Amino acid sequence: MATVARPVRVGTGSPAGGEAPASSPAPPRRRSRLRRRRSLVAWGFAAPFVVLFLVFMAWPVVSSLFMAVTDIKSRDLRTPFAVNFVGLDNVVTVLTDATFHKAALNTLYFVVVGVPLTMGVALAIAVALNTGITRAAAFFRVSYYMPVVTSIVAVAVVWRFLYRPDNGLINEVLGWFGIQGPDWLGSTTWAMPSLIAMAVWRSMGTLVVIFLAGLQSVPKALHEAAALDGANAWQRLTRVTLPSIRPTILFGGVITGIGFLQFFEEPFVMTQGGPLNSTLSVSYLIYNQFGFGNYGVAAAMAYVLFLAIVLLTVVQFRLLGDRDETGTGRRRSILALLRGSRPAVEDAPVAAPRGGAVGPADRRDTEVPA
Amino acid sequence: MSATTLDRPTHAPRGGGGEVGSGIGEPRPRAWLYVVLSFGLVLVLTPFVWMLLGSVKTDGELRRNPPTWWPQEATWDNFRELFTRLDFAQFFTNSLAVALAVTLGNLVFCSMLGYAFAKIDFVGRTWLFRIVLATLMIPGMVTLVPLFVLVSQLGMVNTYWGLILPFLAGPFGVFLMRQFMLGIPDELIDAARVDGAGELRIFWQVVMPLCKPALATLAILTFLASWNNFLWPLVVASTEDMYTLPVALALYSVGQNQTQYGLLLAGAVVVLLPILIVFLLLQRHFVQGLATTGLKS
Repeated sequence: MATVARPVRVGTGSPAGGEAPASSPAPPRRRSRLRRRRSLVAWGFAAPFVVLFLVFMAWPVVSSLFMAVTDIKSRDLRTPFAVNFVGLDNVVTVLTDATFHKAALNTLYFVVVGVPLTMGVALAIAVALNTGITRAAAFFRVSYYMPVVTSIVAVAVVWRFLYRPDNGLINEVLGWFGIQGPDWLGSTTWAMPSLIAMAVWRSMGTLVVIFLAGLQSVPKALHEAAALDGANAWQRLTRVTLPSIRPTILFGGVITGIGFLQFFEEPFVMTQGGPLNSTLSVSYLIYNQFGFGNYGVAAAMAYVLFLAIVLLTVVQFRLLGDRDETGTGRRRSILALLRGSRPAVEDAPVAAPRGGAVGPADRRDTEVPA
Repeated sequence: MSATTLDRPTHAPRGGGGEVGSGIGEPRPRAWLYVVLSFGLVLVLTPFVWMLLGSVKTDGELRRNPPTWWPQEATWDNFRELFTRLDFAQFFTNSLAVALAVTLGNLVFCSMLGYAFAKIDFVGRTWLFRIVLATLMIPGMVTLVPLFVLVSQLGMVNTYWGLILPFLAGPFGVFLMRQFMLGIPDELIDAARVDGAGELRIFWQVVMPLCKPALATLAILTFLASWNNFLWPLVVASTEDMYTLPVALALYSVGQNQTQYGLLLAGAVVVLLPILIVFLLLQRHFVQGLATTGLKS
């Protein structure tokens, strides 16, 4: 790794701050030489990350595009040149496949019901925690957050027991009220709602923390003004508080949506996609196709899923995004929004609402100091 | 309205001043709120408690109808079997080794790039930053297949390398570290430069010690994500000796052990309990670290 061995006196400008260097301005040639040297040092610092990044992120992203338009199968791993270009055949195969349609509908069901439900529950809890409960607030916050840090696989194993038809805890409790609970995971009607309920339980903690931080940033003066104007608590909540934290809500919706669109562990452990494919998700189908060795089809499916994620994000921005309130007449871009909601997210212990790799960051910043 | 609200520096709850926070001015805790929140709390915690109690029950008791709440004949047999008949010690070691390696890699590599982004003005900084930023959006499923093809061509399927390398340096860590390092005064670094310290030495002896809160946060988050990671280890680990805990638990729960209820619950405890304990112990540092990170920028 390159290091600057000798003292560098002139190139000590503070790049992040953008202020002029303390020392007198050097002649242009000298400055550019220093910048070149600094760049060398910086790329030295960047090198380990960049190498790993190129190999394990950039290359797979690029090559998945290629795979999606070939008939690559698992047996082609040994003979990569036996692969044929098939154009959009894989995409057509995917889009006309009845099983894919089923999986897409299931995924849509999971997202369309699960995301608003998670957000609603989390918002209700956050509002409740923000209403004068000072002592126990930290305790509640930690407790509600706890499921977020857990492995989905492990909680799915546990919930599978809770959902058992004969002596599961849930049906036992329902029985106290004279209700005969169904065979939750064995019913085509109830399997998906059961998975959604568990996902809400598992994911709401992230949003509680995010929303709580957002709520606490709403200026008290707004509430007082509204109260003076005669607004009751409910009106203050719906007319003042919620509009004020709309960017935070949007941020929460986006990260929850991205996570929910990829749900995989729940059906894998709890239902294996059944009964009758009623809980087969797109991710699960991709995994299955991958398991069958149909790499090209799996890659094409993954791209369709990726497009769906982009689409969902855009739709949520349309629905919830700021409408000209910045005065610029433009919608705020995704990145500006993420930056805008950053303070609200600062307190969120974990970015990704679901398991897996360190996912969508909770701190995306667009500002690149020039 | 929201624009004015958001453009102001807001505070984490801990540091929240008196001027923000609607709850501070009107302390009217209503009893029913506590009731509702406590009811929710019971719902949230019940699965954990039931799991802990169930893990020391016998299979016979777990099959009983109506179900028992408190174990009637508590036994450690489930755990004993996990570590004797099944190889949970190996799975635990695998999970731990992978998580530690991934965490260490992220701490070092992400800090290095974060330092370059935050404190060195270099050619290509803007576009490199944008590219790294963009990859945060890409879901794991998109890269799953090509990544597996790559790893198998590198001969790393069913090895620790295959489990670790793809996660050794993630974009999230770069942002976290850059964000925190932006808050370190340039004067400090300039002074070290004037004193003749090389960049590597400045990074290691001046900047890194100041980044302890951010490093702690990154360590916890990365460890957590790695410990819970499922899809990739499921794909890469093909023999039992390379399984991580979630993979082993998931495959047992759908395989020949799926009717051994006590065993599965004990397995879930082995996966969850270490993380829950770490979380409960560290959550304060956690929140503090993140709050500090944000306030500086």
